[in-house]
Amino acid sequence: MTNLICIVCPKGCHLSVDEANGYAVTGNGCPRGVAYGQKELTNPTRVITSTVKIRGGIHRRLPVKTNSDIPKALIPQAMALLDGVELESPVHVGDVVVADICGTGVSFVASRDM
Amino acid sequence: MSSMVYDVIVIGGGPAGLAAACEAYDNGAQKVLVIERDKELGGILNQCIHNGFGLHYFKEELTGPEYAGRFIRLLRESASVEVKLDTMVLEIRERVVHCVNSREGYQMLEARSIVLAMGCRERTRGAIAIPGDRPAGIFTAGAAQRYVNMEGYMVGKRVVILGSGDIGLIMARRMTLEGAKVLACVELMPYSNGLNRNIVQCLQDYNIPLYLSHTITDIIGRERVEKVVVSKVDENRRPIPGSEMVFDCDTVLLSVGLIPENELTRSASIEIDRRTNGPVVYENMETSAPGVFACGNVVHVHDLVDFVTAESKRAGAAAARSALGHEASGAVMEVRNGSRVNYTVPQKIRRENVDKGVEIFFRANNVYRDTVIKVESGGQLLCQFKREHMAPGEMEKITVPKILLDKADGQCLTVSVEDQA
Repeated sequence: MTNLICIVCPKGCHLSVDEANGYAVTGNGCPRGVAYGQKELTNPTRVITSTVKIRGGIHRRLPVKTNSDIPKALIPQAMALLDGVELESPVHVGDVVVADICGTGVSFVASRDM
Repeated sequence: MSSMVYDVIVIGGGPAGLAAACEAYDNGAQKVLVIERDKELGGILNQCIHNGFGLHYFKEELTGPEYAGRFIRLLRESASVEVKLDTMVLEIRERVVHCVNSREGYQMLEARSIVLAMGCRERTRGAIAIPGDRPAGIFTAGAAQRYVNMEGYMVGKRVVILGSGDIGLIMARRMTLEGAKVLACVELMPYSNGLNRNIVQCLQDYNIPLYLSHTITDIIGRERVEKVVVSKVDENRRPIPGSEMVFDCDTVLLSVGLIPENELTRSASIEIDRRTNGPVVYENMETSAPGVFACGNVVHVHDLVDFVTAESKRAGAAAARSALGHEASGAVMEVRNGSRVNYTVPQKIRRENVDKGVEIFFRANNVYRDTVIKVESGGQLLCQFKREHMAPGEMEKITVPKILLDKADGQCLTVSVEDQA
C-alpha cells in the first residue's frame, strides 16, 4: 500500500494505492484520482512548462507547455530541447514550438499570443 | 473634466479586473473602462507560466497566460470596454478616479460605479526583519518569477527559499528546471502554507528538502549572498541555539506572504478589515462606500484564480446594477468569526439582496482533521458542512442557501469550526 497526494487538482486528495491488489485506489474524490494513483506508481508523468527566447515581442521570453503529459524521466531531456529555440514575434497560443519531444508524440506549444 | 461619465471603472487589469469588466458589460453596463498600470492586461497570471489554473471555471487545466488570454479575448469582443494601459490611479474621490499616464497626462474620470481590483503585493525582507548582511541576491519569489519567466534573467545558481507558500514552491521547481540547485525550502511554521499538490510536484519530484519549524537566522555576504544560516525554532517560533545549519548559496528567495494593495481604498476612507487587510464587503462585494465594489486579492488573498473569477463576476454584475440605478439595500447581518476561524468574506450580508444563496470564504487558523463547519445565528444552527482536512493555506468556501438564511433570527451569523462528534 502506498499513500500519495493527488496532484490532479488543488484539492489534493490523500490517496492510498494497493499495489498487491491491481493498483486499487481509495481516498480519491473523483475518477481522475484513480487514473493518477495508478499512473503515478506505474508510469509517472508530468506536464512541463517553461519559456523560450523570442524576438520582437512585448517580453523577451515566450511561455510554453507540453500539450500533454510526458514521462517524468524525460523531463531533463525535454528541457534541453528548448535551449536553442529562438522565435520571432508574432506567435499564437497553441503554435507548436518543438514537435514530438523525444519520440513521445507530445509537443511544446506556445501558451500565449506574443 | 470631460463630460463623459463611465458606467463602471475597473481599477486593475489582472484576473479580478478582467472578470469584473466582462461581467459588468454582460449585465448591461454600456461604458466600461479598465485601468492597468502595467503595459499589458493579465496581471500576475502572465508570469505564472505553470499549469493548474482553470479546473473549476473552465473545467480544464490551463497555464496562467492561457487563463488570462481567454478573458483578454472576451474583453476585446466586448466592443464598448475601453482599456487604458501604463496608467496609474492616484486617488479615488467619491466616484471620480484620478489617474495619470504619459500620453494623456493627469485625468479625472467620472464613474457611476467603481470596482477595486488592485490585487496584492509581496511581503519583503523588511516586513519580516531577517538579520544579517544586505548583499545582492535576495529576491521576493514573485519578483524572481517575473525576471526568469518574462524578462529572461536567471537570478541565481544555488538557492535557498524562505517560506513554503505556493509561489515559493513553484519557484523551487522553476529554478531547478532552469539549472539552478535549490538547496532547501525553509518554513517557520510546523506546516506548509502551500497546496499539498505543490509540495509533491515542486519539491518531492526534485528531491528538494522542506525544513518545517525552521527559519533563516543570518544572511552572510559582502557583494552577493555567500551563505545563509538556518535554525530550528521552538513552539513559540524562537530560534533554538545550537541547531544552526549553514548553506553555501548565492540567492535567497522569499515567499513569506502577500499583502492586499489598499492604498487607494484607505485614502478613500473605505472601511478596512484588519484581519484580511482588505476592504469590508457585503454579499455583492460592495464596500462601505456605496457604488464602490472590490474583488480578488485586494479583498483577501486567494489560493485559486478560479475563486477570484467567481468573486469578481459577482462584483462586476453588482457594479453594473448599481450603475443602472439599482442600489442594494436592506437590513444588515454581520458575519462573525467563531472558533478556529481567522476571517470571513463577506463580512456583512443584506439578506434581501441574496438570490439563491450566499458564498462565504474563510480560512481556518490551524491544521485540523475531521471537522465540521457550523453556521449559527441567534443560538440556532442554520447549516453545517463536514471536512476531512483543513489548513490555513487552503481557503474554505461554503454556500448558505437563501432558504436557511431567511430562517436566521439573529443580527449576526457566526461561522465556526469544531471537531466532528
